[in-house]
Amino acid sequence: MTLLLNIAVDGVAYGMILFMIAVGLSVTMGLMRVVNLAHGGFALIGGTLAHWLGTEVGLPFALVLLGAVAGTIVIAMPLERLVYRRIYGFGELQQVLATIGLTFLMIASVNLWQGSSLLSITLPEGLNRSVDLGFRQLTAHRALVIGVGALVILGLWLLLDRTRFGIRLRAAVDNRDTASALGIDTGRIYMLTFALGAGLAALGGILGAELLPIDAYYPLRYMVLFLIVVAIGGLGSILGSFVAALAIGMIETASRYLVPDMATITFFAIVILFLALRPRGLMGRVGA
Amino acid sequence: MTGRLLSIFLILAAGAAAYLLFPYNLAFLTRILIMIVLVLSLDLILGLAGIATLGQAAMYGAGAYAAGLFAIHVWADPVAGLLAGAVAGALLAAVSGAVLMRTQGLTLIMLTIAVAQICAEIANRARGVTGGADGLRGIRPGKVLGLWEFDFIGITGYWYAFAVMLLVFLALAIIARSPFGLSLRGIHESPERMVAIGVSVYRRRLAAYTMGGAIAGIAGALSAQITQLVSLESFSFTLSAEALIMLILGGTGRLYGAILGTVIFMAVHHVAAANDPFNWLFVIGALVLVVVFFLPRGLVALPVSLKRLAKGGRHAGT
Repeated sequence: MTLLLNIAVDGVAYGMILFMIAVGLSVTMGLMRVVNLAHGGFALIGGTLAHWLGTEVGLPFALVLLGAVAGTIVIAMPLERLVYRRIYGFGELQQVLATIGLTFLMIASVNLWQGSSLLSITLPEGLNRSVDLGFRQLTAHRALVIGVGALVILGLWLLLDRTRFGIRLRAAVDNRDTASALGIDTGRIYMLTFALGAGLAALGGILGAELLPIDAYYPLRYMVLFLIVVAIGGLGSILGSFVAALAIGMIETASRYLVPDMATITFFAIVILFLALRPRGLMGRVGA
Repeated sequence: MTGRLLSIFLILAAGAAAYLLFPYNLAFLTRILIMIVLVLSLDLILGLAGIATLGQAAMYGAGAYAAGLFAIHVWADPVAGLLAGAVAGALLAAVSGAVLMRTQGLTLIMLTIAVAQICAEIANRARGVTGGADGLRGIRPGKVLGLWEFDFIGITGYWYAFAVMLLVFLALAIIARSPFGLSLRGIHESPERMVAIGVSVYRRRLAAYTMGGAIAGIAGALSAQITQLVSLESFSFTLSAEALIMLILGGTGRLYGAILGTVIFMAVHHVAAANDPFNWLFVIGALVLVVVFFLPRGLVALPVSLKRLAKGGRHAGT
């Protein structure tokens, strides 16, 4: 019983991180039909900025978090304008190549700036303390991760369901051309959505640094993991990504607890089986 | 037919010229030849059949490990080792392809990456058989066809790899013109129409993927025999990505584009990566973006693109 609860708690924390990083990927893929392999790069940029702000500039954690997310958004917006906008109309393969090229450039830049070693993110004292859950101890950091993840899904739901921007975004995901014909400024929506996704990836990258450590090769190492969340959740579906991220968090955590030697293989086997049966994912709006 | 003969002659001449011009770089030239075989296999899968994959390293690695283990435990004959590599690559492609070919687009690309990662994980876990992270050592290939021994300078290795590359090129040139190759082109251009005229798209794609897997396995086997070492790197994503970049750089679906792209890419790599692997990532990243934006059909289409540019066409090459 304790084992199951342990798996549940760690799995949820892991799933929340995956969700934060991958949700932007899912929405941009559903909206702009871009196969964006460079998305993990935004988590890397966020993590690198956080490392720099925390250890070299010496800001307190809250400001580090804010500054790093804002910094990532500032980098992502011109990138969307200059590079991504041009590849929306390209074929899949060209998109894959262009975003691999971007990923390589991001890796090389981070390495040039901060080197190729592990980039630690200093946490404040308070977050290292543990919280007693009755059946186990949980660090405050992990509790924060779960809390922020819950806030993000709530915030996204409010944004999409309750605001004018959300209505326009959903319209654009459903049918880009019609939305554009109805006078919705899809170009602006693309850029804002992209920036939002990049910002969330940065947030997830920073908060998840304990589970997915940050170094220059981060985007390549975890690329498949993020893509799996999107593919299982279904392109363009936020709820789908959420469910998929939690499920993947659980499955991977469970296989690490139960079959540590075969964890990766078990995990991939389950994923491949699922995608072979449901190629569109849990709740895909758009055919892949 | 004269075109075919001419291209064979050109490849032979280039091979001999490279041999005479760079006698101290034979190891590097051989590496290029091995990569050409891998990129040719990708050209069959991607250029001809239009299957977007980022996991060609899976079959390459399978071939490398199979040939290495075959040489150590069964028989040291290099040609038999190539066959072992081809069989391993084909088997892996057939088994994984049976699932992969049902998907397309993003899911397909992602799953091909995942298959290569699973293979790397298995090879890493099975330390007793594969040597794990230390790599598979102790491969001692015998004489090629019982005549030529692998020498220290790499002369045998070079001509052996060259012969295999040429044979693969010819085989693919024949396949590309065969009815099967034409049906693959048809599937690439319009799967719906091919279904409408009664072609089983799934089976043809699977067959193409398996053939490409066999050739990638041959490339892996070559590398295992010539470097006498197989490492986990054979399954790496970077290898798959680089092979794809080489193919796109040269131009897809034409075979000689694969050769051209690989030679140029490897030469640039040789110069740029000599000092710092990370600076190399800058070069390759920029190179990819340039190709995607300005040379979408690769270098083989460069003359056409330039001509259009001179005429004032807005978007070169499209």
